Amino acid sequence: MSKKPTTKKEVQTTGHQWDGIEELNTPLPRWWLWTFYATIVWGVAYSIAMPAWPIFASGATPGVLGSSTRADVDKEIAKFAEMNKPIEDKLVATDLNAIANDPELVTYTRNAGAAVFRTWCAQCHGAGAGGNKGFPSLLDGDWLHGGSLETIYNDVLHGIRDPKDPDTLPVANMPAHLDDQLLEPAQIDDVVQYVLKISGQTADEAKATAGQQLFADNCVVCHGEDAKGNVETGAPNLTDGIWLYGGDAATITTTIQHGRGGVMPSWSWAEPGAKPRLSEAQIRAVASYVHSLGGGQ
Amino acid sequence: MSANEPSPNDAPLYFAREPIFPRRISGKFRSLKWVLMAIMLGIYYITPWIRWDRGAALPDQAVLLDLANRRFFFFGLEIWPHEFYFVAGLLIMAGLGLFLFTSALGRIWCGYACPQTVWTDLYILVERWVEGDRNNRIRLHRQAWNAEKIRKRLIKWGLWLFIGLATGGAWVFYFTDAPTLLSDLLTGDASPIAYTTIAIATATTFAFGGFAREQMCIYACPWPRIQAAMMDEDTITIAYREWRGEPRGKLQKNEKLAEGQGDCIDCMACVNVCPMGIDIRNGQQLECITCGLCIDACNEMMDKIGKPRGLVGYMALKDEANERAGNKVTNIWKHVLRPRTLLYFTLWAGFGVALVVALFLRSPLDFNVTPNRDPLFVTQSDGTIRNIYTLRIRNKHGSEESFRISVSSEDEAQAKALKLTLEGQEGDTVTVPADQLYNQRLYLEAAPGSNFADAKRSDIKIWVEQVGVEEPVRDSADTVFNGKGN
Repeated sequence: MSKKPTTKKEVQTTGHQWDGIEELNTPLPRWWLWTFYATIVWGVAYSIAMPAWPIFASGATPGVLGSSTRADVDKEIAKFAEMNKPIEDKLVATDLNAIANDPELVTYTRNAGAAVFRTWCAQCHGAGAGGNKGFPSLLDGDWLHGGSLETIYNDVLHGIRDPKDPDTLPVANMPAHLDDQLLEPAQIDDVVQYVLKISGQTADEAKATAGQQLFADNCVVCHGEDAKGNVETGAPNLTDGIWLYGGDAATITTTIQHGRGGVMPSWSWAEPGAKPRLSEAQIRAVASYVHSLGGGQ
Repeated sequence: MSANEPSPNDAPLYFAREPIFPRRISGKFRSLKWVLMAIMLGIYYITPWIRWDRGAALPDQAVLLDLANRRFFFFGLEIWPHEFYFVAGLLIMAGLGLFLFTSALGRIWCGYACPQTVWTDLYILVERWVEGDRNNRIRLHRQAWNAEKIRKRLIKWGLWLFIGLATGGAWVFYFTDAPTLLSDLLTGDASPIAYTTIAIATATTFAFGGFAREQMCIYACPWPRIQAAMMDEDTITIAYREWRGEPRGKLQKNEKLAEGQGDCIDCMACVNVCPMGIDIRNGQQLECITCGLCIDACNEMMDKIGKPRGLVGYMALKDEANERAGNKVTNIWKHVLRPRTLLYFTLWAGFGVALVVALFLRSPLDFNVTPNRDPLFVTQSDGTIRNIYTLRIRNKHGSEESFRISVSSEDEAQAKALKLTLEGQEGDTVTVPADQLYNQRLYLEAAPGSNFADAKRSDIKIWVEQVGVEEPVRDSADTVFNGKGN
């Protein structure tokens, strides 16, 4: 039976043979070779056109096209800033208390505010705004300086006890009663027992009774007759279960002995000629966001 | 290696593509291919223009891959990104379908349905219109460049380019609203991505359909190599019945076959029509896409010389011995219906049924709850314990819908006593825009001294129920209420 190939080119073998099975030596198509050369040309051209070769101490060859991913990111950021500009202008122009009536602004402040919060606020107040020792929780209804949107806005704008910003909230520090010899250690102990008593904790009755008069003489100026605090002075409520530094006897003693004076930075203040860390729109957004976390009044 | 040693390396490393000039043929399989080509090209070009009304909030394109909004629309269906398993399921079905067809009918996908085959066929049709049939094309190919050759080549390439452009152009319409995009494309307002995509699709269509052709199947496509694993002796494929055709020889002067001569008159018709440029008489070959054109060509010749058709034809290799001996061959259905194909079919159908069932079980509402973990709970000034939750309500309706939020627990009294507040909403109802995922912050408060406030954690269930409709959809999510604990 003649079964000779008629059109197919005879393909050579490599000469290798295993159990009668030969290894073909099929040539590659030429276009494949040209494709390979094309990738070499492309590779050379690309390394000339784009940043490619590492150079010690100075990154890499810049490439003649001047492409830079860093510049691309800057461009992207600028593009989004441009896109956000109209709504930021609208936010700045809108009365603070009217923001809640504009669904577009509500959406924007929730998202942009959350981004600002994560970047600048979460370090102290926690990612969930639950607060840390010395840094108040922003989720509850208990506000040292008031929980209205306007107050929150002002606190972010100028900070609290920030010595750099002349407009900062002018609240007094908790005095250091031991260090400044305002009270004797035994007297401090009495006051501590009284504070434990009024906050519903177990206390030494005799000492607490003695402490009541000392409290009236030294503390009510700021904390109030009923010890429920005063947002004007920033003095906290001492009768509830919320403590900025801790409500146990030891912590209260430390507080009375050495005083307290937590600082919240001013976010609008800047060195003359410098740009503030947060823009007006960002401050409004983050204030609205914080106000929406459940504690806002 | 010494220089005198005979070396296999003398063989050329590379060889140039030999141009193929398939001759025009008519017949059963050619007609089938024309019809299939018309249907498939029609589906491809027309589909993006079909409209489908989904209401004002959703696009009205029947088939739309809305990448920007991460939605896939297919007539009455809307697939969300989290339902991507439908697409995965369809891909699995497509794979199993290919296995099924390949094990039963060989490379039927390659020969009739593969876009590379369909577009190459279209390009060859254009080539034939412009440059004539096989002999004319060979002559044109060999002749030196003159006005005629330049003119014909330019016309051919122009038409090819136009088809490529239409192909690439149709591609982008699947991804955005077709009429809008068309006017944007024409006015130059479309996005650079659209133009780039069209340019790439045009260039690849032009190069692959016009010049690469069979090279794609032989060198670039992995599928022919995989298919070998699907095929066996029962697979219906194209074969030359050499026991009938050999020894081949030319027709005698009197138009009769010589004594002892086979039916093959070596007319080369099967070779000349082959788009892959092979000779089917050499047996099963990697290059063969089983397009059936050699069958048409050979049948035409057999009719002319008064011999029975089917010297080249579809057959199962298992029948070869029987045919050679002149015995009865196995019924084609016995080849097609065998354990292997039945298994592929069962798997394929199983996936299909599962997908359809999943489609009908799909709720138009998705709901999940994330309890806030930082902090676990908030103590209010009066000792109230507040937990914060983020509700994710996915309204898959084409319209704005309202949902009521409620809480339940095994301890009904405690659950009822929880104070429920939705941030920024009046009451316990939240309105979700059409076709959107909505995040809603929820506060639950347990009174001081209550079990929930004092326990470390209590299991609760948060419910969402559509309001203002006859048959409301509802869903729930299990979560916990964190208390002060001890």
